Amino acid sequence: MPSIDKIQAEIVEEFSFLPEWDERYAYLIELGQKMSPLAAAYRTEENIVRGCQSTVWLHRECQDGKVLLQSDSDSLIVKGLAALLMKVYSGQSPEDILQVDLSFFEETGLDKHLSSQRANGLRAMIDEIKAFAVKCAAGEV
Amino acid sequence: MTFNIDKVRSDFPILQTKINGKPLVYLDNGATTQKPQSVIDAITDYYTHSNANIHRGTHHLSNVATEAHENARKTVQAYINAAHDHEVIFTRSTTESVNLVAFSFGQAFVKPGDEVIVTAMEHHSNFVPWQMMCERQGAKFRVVPFDEKGDLRLDILANMLNEKTRILAFNHVSNSLGTINPAKQIIQMAHEAGVAVLVDAAQSVQHIEHDVQALDADFYAFSGHKIYGPTGIGVLYGKEKWLDALPPYQGGGEMIDIVTETHTTYNKLPFKFEAGTPNVVGPIGLAVAIEYLNQFDFDEIREHEDDVLEYGRERLNEIPGLTIYGNSEHRTSILAFNITGIHHYDLGTLLDTQGIAVRTGHHCTQPVMAALGVDGTVRASLGIYNTKAEIDAMIEAIYKVRKMLGR
Repeated sequence: MPSIDKIQAEIVEEFSFLPEWDERYAYLIELGQKMSPLAAAYRTEENIVRGCQSTVWLHRECQDGKVLLQSDSDSLIVKGLAALLMKVYSGQSPEDILQVDLSFFEETGLDKHLSSQRANGLRAMIDEIKAFAVKCAAGEV
Repeated sequence: MTFNIDKVRSDFPILQTKINGKPLVYLDNGATTQKPQSVIDAITDYYTHSNANIHRGTHHLSNVATEAHENARKTVQAYINAAHDHEVIFTRSTTESVNLVAFSFGQAFVKPGDEVIVTAMEHHSNFVPWQMMCERQGAKFRVVPFDEKGDLRLDILANMLNEKTRILAFNHVSNSLGTINPAKQIIQMAHEAGVAVLVDAAQSVQHIEHDVQALDADFYAFSGHKIYGPTGIGVLYGKEKWLDALPPYQGGGEMIDIVTETHTTYNKLPFKFEAGTPNVVGPIGLAVAIEYLNQFDFDEIREHEDDVLEYGRERLNEIPGLTIYGNSEHRTSILAFNITGIHHYDLGTLLDTQGIAVRTGHHCTQPVMAALGVDGTVRASLGIYNTKAEIDAMIEAIYKVRKMLGR
């Protein structure tokens, strides 16, 4: 499993080949569409991370000291952003999730989706993943 | 002055902004409007030459600031045709104006078992304060629905009004549908039943008629920032007889007459409702914004905005799979829509990258979204400076988004 920082660097590099906004969003949407679909059993009320405008589902598991994640959203852009988060975080150790700074949003210019925090639930999703990582590290889940 | 759109646009410096190299197309005027240079200058000028606390200083600057502040009250009075300048209370926003009335009116006049009526097309700011008041006072909270076109069901309202009803609150224009409610008729219906009325004019005062005496409104609330003035300043108009009858909303400086350890008596109107050091510059900026509108024949502004609105509806209707929400024959300034298979957040985001500023989501009207059966819409809302060319730019951008998303 490559490190969080290595994955972030790869994402930033991929986006650097796409200077135009429409290419970036087309790529983001493609990433979302390619993400393996969330099993129906995980599309539960409990797994909903509420944003003001879009709905995000986040399934969390703690297995053999790793945090495993799956996600989906009704918005294609948010789904793409979620796919990037899954790429970076799923399969990592809780310690790494809690320690490593999430820098790729800023470096890809996607950070505006983080600042409009109420709008899309992305910030809430990151908070939920970190909260889950704390529990996973403590052996509570 | 004759209405000249090019001149108007040149009066608003922010309209020169570029987003991703594209000219800004600002279509979020329902959320807040941009400010003409004269308003920006008035605010700078106030802090450069006149800043002081008001109503209490003996010094020169305090007198200058007090006079400017109180002249602003007269400008607002004239704009809404209030009978007295002390019927104009300065607040923080429409929201605070509504909360003030809900609190003070509730305390004075609403008892357990009484009823309060709002409509299903209210902004949360003219919905939740009344709901909270009903919970406090033990009153029944009743909601008038609207029909599929977006018109209020006045037949249902007529049946709701009864001897237990204390107050009716409704918006003159819906922020999510653009419906112009027949305010005069509704107020007359309420008054015949002996019911007081608050009109939320946040989305109407800048677009359509705004004469509180012609409407016969008991209370009338709006925000400065939606009528080309600064943020942080709101207006509550109340008929003198009502404002005299209501207890104060907040205690503190300015609102008092005599304070002793055993009892406090209150200041006269409007100061009874203006506790604490007020937003001094807000009303000054608001007055300059109103003067900006006053330079035109108001009918010309309305004609221009209606022209752009109807053109917008026409162009939007060309787009396959697009649904417009709000189809009342009496409408203004709002273009709310969705496109089948495209999430409103995605459409709004991808329009933004092309310089088109619209709002997406539930627009603080969750009951409206529930009635429409959607979880949000895309809303383009017009102001005095918008043009048909900007509508064209939005339509072109929507086609580009459809192509990107394969729709």
